[in-house]
Amino acid sequence: MALNRRDFLKCAALGGAAAGTAASTEAAAAFIRPPKEMPPKAVGMLYDSTLCIGCRACVDACKEANDMPVEMPVHLSDWNEGTWDSPEDLSGRTLNVIKAYRHGTMEAKDRETDGYAFVKRHCLHCVDPSCVSVCPVSAMRKDPETGIVTHDPDACIGCRYCVYGCPFGVPQYDLDNPFGKIAKCQFCTHLQEKGQTPACCDVCPTGASLFGLVDDLKEETERRFAMQPGTLYQFPRGNLSEDRPRHEAPVPKYIPAVYGPNEAGGTQVHYLSAVAFEKLGLPKLPKRSFAQVSEGIQHTLYKNLIAPALLLAGLAFFAWRNARKRDQDEA
Amino acid sequence: MATAAHQPLARRIFTPTMIVLAALVAVAAYFVATRFMYGLGAVTNLNQGYPWGMWVVVDIVIGTAFGCGGFAMALLVYIFNRNQYHRLMRPALLGGLFGYTLAGVAVMIDLGRYWQFYNLLLPWYAQPSSVMFEVALCVLAYVIVLWIEFSPAFLERFGLYKVRDFLRRFMFLFIALGVLLPTMHQSSLGSLLLVMGSQLSPLWYTTWLPLMFLVTALAMGYAVVMFEATVVSNTFNLPSEQPILAKLSIMVGWMMAGFLLFRFAELALRGDLVHAFAGDLNALMFWIETALFLLPVAIFLTPGGRESQRLMFLGAVALLVAGSLYRLDAYLVAYTPVQNYTYFPSVPELMVTVGVVALEILLYLLFVKTLPVLHAHEPARTPKAR
Ligand code: SF4
Ligand code: SF4
Ligand code: SF4
Repeated sequence: MALNRRDFLKCAALGGAAAGTAASTEAAAAFIRPPKEMPPKAVGMLYDSTLCIGCRACVDACKEANDMPVEMPVHLSDWNEGTWDSPEDLSGRTLNVIKAYRHGTMEAKDRETDGYAFVKRHCLHCVDPSCVSVCPVSAMRKDPETGIVTHDPDACIGCRYCVYGCPFGVPQYDLDNPFGKIAKCQFCTHLQEKGQTPACCDVCPTGASLFGLVDDLKEETERRFAMQPGTLYQFPRGNLSEDRPRHEAPVPKYIPAVYGPNEAGGTQVHYLSAVAFEKLGLPKLPKRSFAQVSEGIQHTLYKNLIAPALLLAGLAFFAWRNARKRDQDEA
Repeated sequence: MATAAHQPLARRIFTPTMIVLAALVAVAAYFVATRFMYGLGAVTNLNQGYPWGMWVVVDIVIGTAFGCGGFAMALLVYIFNRNQYHRLMRPALLGGLFGYTLAGVAVMIDLGRYWQFYNLLLPWYAQPSSVMFEVALCVLAYVIVLWIEFSPAFLERFGLYKVRDFLRRFMFLFIALGVLLPTMHQSSLGSLLLVMGSQLSPLWYTTWLPLMFLVTALAMGYAVVMFEATVVSNTFNLPSEQPILAKLSIMVGWMMAGFLLFRFAELALRGDLVHAFAGDLNALMFWIETALFLLPVAIFLTPGGRESQRLMFLGAVALLVAGSLYRLDAYLVAYTPVQNYTYFPSVPELMVTVGVVALEILLYLLFVKTLPVLHAHEPARTPKAR
């Protein structure tokens, strides 16, 4: 008897391992849930790193439009007494930041060796956002029409799973406040509701940050890609659907790819650049969203709670039967 | 008849050990107060790249695994009907009770907007697709179930045998829940990482994360029972539970052999075993984990190993460290933030974690000394005040 049981355990452990491995990765692929579609009236932004001059007018405008506090890194406090907003990265107090790629002598803009380039960081308004998928209390929501991803601090419990899980490192919790909130670009929803342009695009002097419908911005991207590098082009500024005075500049030598449409299920904010996206600190990501994998597995295990209910019934039966046996033995 | 099956340990309550533990709890309380007055940043080294640190990973993810003794033993005793282990059940439940209750306390300390915690229970905020939602509700429910499962100890202490016997009729339901809920949330602690994708090293990231976390939780549950039974019988001079623990260890040994085999085979199949030879920190941690998992397998599966109390104890400790390291690595070491941030816990942050553990031990000692938890023994051989 004891031997049998031992053999059984052995077989269970090793057999389980073998069977599990055999059924490994391909089988897991079957769990993956289908991708999400771009919403019908998706609004988006096109950020063209080659047009960005690093003036940070957008950082300032974003702070003002969203009532965010001034940020002053401690190591800069010698010359900055707290009046000059100088964020170095996204944080609980900064929704939008300009960062620089620097290499060697930094002689020329938009060049990888001995050059430099700018990049803007904020929420990319993913088509299949991890932050929405992971939030336990629906504090992160994606608008089914416009696709804007918003955050509701009244719902949020501050678990910071969205901070951990966002593949672009966007949401940030304010660690220096006992009643801190999650900070994240919400595409200036409050301005868009009034028919206005998001603040960062509105103030951008060169059209590096351009607001519009995702479809229209795609056409704009194709126009830029179709031009010979060096030819003069009238770059639209602010809002693609408005007729603002344009910014005239030669078309740069883009790397022939757009960052966003093929990253982690796609995004509504897209990037153009003349240096590799990874150099700009934009992470290399697979085409499929991670939420497809995690939700797929979670939904398979918990579909309508059938599996847990069956398991519970089985466990209850054995517990009940064994308890009765024990009582009989004792009697 | 069963009334005398368990009895409180007749020992002094205020011992030097208890006072040291209480002091550690007081230090932690000071830093917790600081956290509530000035924010998480005032106490922890959390930053923009590391939103989760020691408190989440050690106090909650590892802490609840240490609390899996009750779960692991219930599976064995009540579901697989291995009655010979029944005597280990109540102390195991007690460990689980504190492991989980204090993990719940740690959650409240760590949550950035703790005062809205109840939003988790409001249906219009609920988000069932979120693994965090499932973990939170299951852990909450399990804490309640643990208190109910353990309540006979209180009821016996206060002579409420009628209530106890009434409860006993429904106990099978709570026992079933006490196995189901940890199965769900311990595996989900692995699922929590599924969304991390390429931010985690492939040495840890697999679609099998839920299974890996469930098996390591069970292993840590059994290891904690072996650890606790050995420490308690040695400290209080009680007869050793060695024979029964040796039996238990055979099963654990095979389970972990299967785990290791699966881990390597799965890595090899998906072609990611090369990362184990990359010579970086991830690879180093991977091999340390593997060695620590192998040690108990070797000890538990050789007769000489499991019959020696020392070796078996060593095996249990190695297994606890291995399981903890596996979790720590998966959540923090294997993870690369999008921007260049690094994290190492601050001293105050660690002191809070130490304080939570101290409180756990303190309450455990207090309970075994005042409530009928331990299996009733013949009077100890040489009574010695500890
Ligand atoms: S970039 Fe991050 S925060 Fe923004 S929608 Fe995507 S997952 Fe959410
Ligand atoms: S921190 Fe708030 S918004 Fe982010 S996942 Fe947690 S509850 Fe949701
Ligand atoms: S859209 Fe609004 S909130 Fe978002 S970065 Fe631009 S200004 Fe800031």
